Amino acid sequence: MGSNYDVSDYTLGQEQLERIETVLTEDLINSGVHSALLIDMAGNIIARCDNGQCQHDMYSLAALASANFAAVDTMAKIVGEEEFSLLFHKGENENIHFSKVNIEFLLITIFGKEVSLGLLRLKVAEAVEKINSVW
Amino acid sequence: MAFVNMKSKEVQAKIVYYGPGRGGKTTNLEYIYSKFRERIKSDMVSIKTHGDRTLFFDFLPFDIGKIMGYDVKIQLYTVPGQVKYDATRRLVLKGVDGMVFVADSQVEQRKKNVLSLKNLQENLAIYKKSIFKVPLVLQYNKRDLEKEGVTLLPMETLEKDLNSQLKVPSFPASAVTGENVVPTMKKIISLTMTSLQNVLK
Ligand SMILES: Nc1nc2c(ncn2[C@@H]2O[C@H](COP(=O)(O)OP(=O)(O)OP(=O)(O)O)[C@@H](O)[C@H]2O)c(=O)[nH]1
Ligand SMILES: [Mg+2]
Repeated sequence: MGSNYDVSDYTLGQEQLERIETVLTEDLINSGVHSALLIDMAGNIIARCDNGQCQHDMYSLAALASANFAAVDTMAKIVGEEEFSLLFHKGENENIHFSKVNIEFLLITIFGKEVSLGLLRLKVAEAVEKINSVW
Repeated sequence: MAFVNMKSKEVQAKIVYYGPGRGGKTTNLEYIYSKFRERIKSDMVSIKTHGDRTLFFDFLPFDIGKIMGYDVKIQLYTVPGQVKYDATRRLVLKGVDGMVFVADSQVEQRKKNVLSLKNLQENLAIYKKSIFKVPLVLQYNKRDLEKEGVTLLPMETLEKDLNSQLKVPSFPASAVTGENVVPTMKKIISLTMTSLQNVLK
């Protein structure tokens, strides 16, 4: 969203989406993450997986996350950074982590106390690599 | 930049309400939200100042049911209209599929309308999009003020100022009373869906 270009309409086929969902489930949900969401920079939800206990409003979350990411990205540029690599918000019970997959996609994970930030970052990095190989 | 999910047969499209500050963009979404309360499952998200001016955007997801076999989810957004918020306005415009330009019919706002439309054109150009190509509907808002004795810009003047080159559908409206708010929205949804048809085949 911070970059000066816009891609056109796009579709993802059943097989690509299934591969992405498999990655989200196996690498993230099975590691204790409550909810994993792949969104695009316009705020659309591409794929979502959760542990079955999440009641969050994911469409609003996606809209806010893409806007937040774009705002932070623009701030980075203003202070002369290419990007800020760690985007993480810590709460009492839930934490939220954002990771850029590529220029067009963002991976959002919501997780609790059971998962350490170190482990999460490792798992997210692995998932990002696998998602990128889907294209 | 609509997203089509072939697996769940779902389309998500982004419609942005643009226009000068205090023109009535947020009020349009509030009216839609109150009118379709039972069909909109989530809350309207508004990032605003204490004075109720939009700071980043308003967001309202709206399921319109099935079109050509796809579940269509329309995401309605507003931008902040104040001139100083141009950077955030630009971010909200990213990936836009359809636009409503909400003009303020009050005489003193004439110049602001023109400048805001020009600003829309410039911000689209940043994304290499043309105001002549993205689906667009004009809304001449606050027509209700006429009944209260306020002199408004005549419809012909608004058309001449804003629509002489664009030649897009336009509606006189009142976001406060709700007059023509839903027709404006229906028009932009239908233009947007038509423009997506080649993706949905
Ligand atoms: N009389 C009248 N007042 C209106 C109408 N639409 C909006 N207003 C009023 O105009 C003021 C600004 O409306 P908003 O909807 O907040 O305007 P906005 O375009 O979202 O403004 P920004 O967020 O600053 O860009 C509010 O006090 C509204 O009640 C209308 O159709 N008629
Ligand atoms: Mg507003």
